[in-house]
Amino acid sequence: MPGIQEIQKDLSDDFSLLVNWEEKYEYLIEMGMDMPAMKPQNKVDKNLVKGCQSSVWFDVQCCDGIMVFEADSDSLVVKGMVAMLHKLLNNQPAKDVLETELSVFEELGLWRHISSQRSNGLTAMVAHLKAAAVDCLAKED
Amino acid sequence: MSKDILSAKADFPILKQSVNDQPLVYLDNAATTQKPQVVIDVLVDYYTRLNANIHRGNHSLAVQATEAYEGARRKVAGYLNAERNHEVIFTRGTTESINLLAYTYGDKFVQAGDEVIVTQLEHHSNYVPWQQMCLRRGAIFRVLPLTDRGELDLALFERMLNAKTRLVAVNQVSNSLGTVNPVAEIIRLAHAYEVPVLVDAAQSVQHLAHDVRSLDADFYVFSGHKMYGPMGIGIFYGKEKWLEALPPFLSGGEMIETVTPEKVTFNVLPFKFEAGTPSVAQAIGLGAAVDYLQQFDQLELQKYEEDLLAYGFSLLAEIPDLVIYGSPAHRSGVLPFNVNGIQHYDMGVLLDSMGIAVRTGQHCTQPIMDALHINGTVRASLALYNNREDLDKLASGIRRVIKMLKR
Repeated sequence: MPGIQEIQKDLSDDFSLLVNWEEKYEYLIEMGMDMPAMKPQNKVDKNLVKGCQSSVWFDVQCCDGIMVFEADSDSLVVKGMVAMLHKLLNNQPAKDVLETELSVFEELGLWRHISSQRSNGLTAMVAHLKAAAVDCLAKED
Repeated sequence: MSKDILSAKADFPILKQSVNDQPLVYLDNAATTQKPQVVIDVLVDYYTRLNANIHRGNHSLAVQATEAYEGARRKVAGYLNAERNHEVIFTRGTTESINLLAYTYGDKFVQAGDEVIVTQLEHHSNYVPWQQMCLRRGAIFRVLPLTDRGELDLALFERMLNAKTRLVAVNQVSNSLGTVNPVAEIIRLAHAYEVPVLVDAAQSVQHLAHDVRSLDADFYVFSGHKMYGPMGIGIFYGKEKWLEALPPFLSGGEMIETVTPEKVTFNVLPFKFEAGTPSVAQAIGLGAAVDYLQQFDQLELQKYEEDLLAYGFSLLAEIPDLVIYGSPAHRSGVLPFNVNGIQHYDMGVLLDSMGIAVRTGQHCTQPIMDALHINGTVRASLALYNNREDLDKLASGIRRVIKMLKR
């Protein structure tokens, strides 16, 4: 399993091949469509991320300090962002999730595009996953 | 000879830029319009050459700034065909204008058990202030529902009026659906009960011919920034008899005549309602926007925008799975829609990636969204500088998004 930094580098390389915003979004949406489906029974209120206007669900499990999660969104653009987070952080040690800075969004300029809109909340999603990582580490202690 | 409408786009420097490497197509005009160079120049000139606090100053700059500010009031009064200049009060915007009336009128004229009528078509800013005032006064907040077509039912409105009705608040054009409401009829019906009417003209003042005197509106409010003027300036127009009868809203400097520990006497109109240092540059900028608008033939302008809107709807109607909201007999400025199976948010973000600016969501009109059983729409909204090419780009952009998302 490659580490978060390595995946960030790969994602960044993939996106650098895309020439314009339309293509970047197209790629992002495809990633969302390719993400493993979330079980419908996990799409419940307790898994909703607060602070997103479109609905975003994360069901995070912690197993021996490794974070495993399913996620979904009713917005396909947001689902693409969710899929990126899934690619980056699923099956990773909680310690790494907590400590690694996710620079790839900044690099791609997607922060500027998406997270600044209050209707989204990439920030809220990342914060949600980091909080889950804290819980996961606490359990391990 | 009036100015050619098709030449207008060149007057707006912001429209010359690219967004996401695409030429900007700005279709979010119901949220705010862009500013022509002449308005921008006036703001720069004010701070470069004229800035001083107005009224009471006896130095040259203060005198000139006061004259420019009062000149702007005269321009707005002329534009609205108000009977007197002092019926035009400067505020920060539509929201402040509505709150001004909700507080002052509520305090003076609304008692427990009285009724206030608004409509389901209102923006939250012409809904919540009345709802809150009714809560404060123990009055009954009544909402005229919209019809399936997204219009107001005048017969039902007439039945809601009674001896306990104290005020009616209604918009001239809905910001969400673009419905043009029969405000002249509403005013006539309300006046039969001696009930005053506030007209929220935030979405109409830039699109429709307006005349507060022939409309017989008691109160008429709007924002400068939606009619090519600066942000931070708005208008509260009221008939003199009402403005004399109402107590002041904010208190402080400017609005007083004499002050002792025991009592104050208030200044005359319009200063009674303009406490503190006003937004002088913005007011003068609004005056410049009025001058700009008056270069066009007003009826020609209205016709141009109506034709453009009809063209936009004809393009949208050809797109499979696209749903247009409301079907009012008369609509102005707004194209509200969704595409089945596509989130309005996704549509907005992806159109933006093509340089097309629209608004998505509830547009501060939850009561309308509830009536339509939806959680939001995509809204494209027009201004005088838009043209058919902008709408062609919107339509092809929507088709492109559908291709991207529906596979």
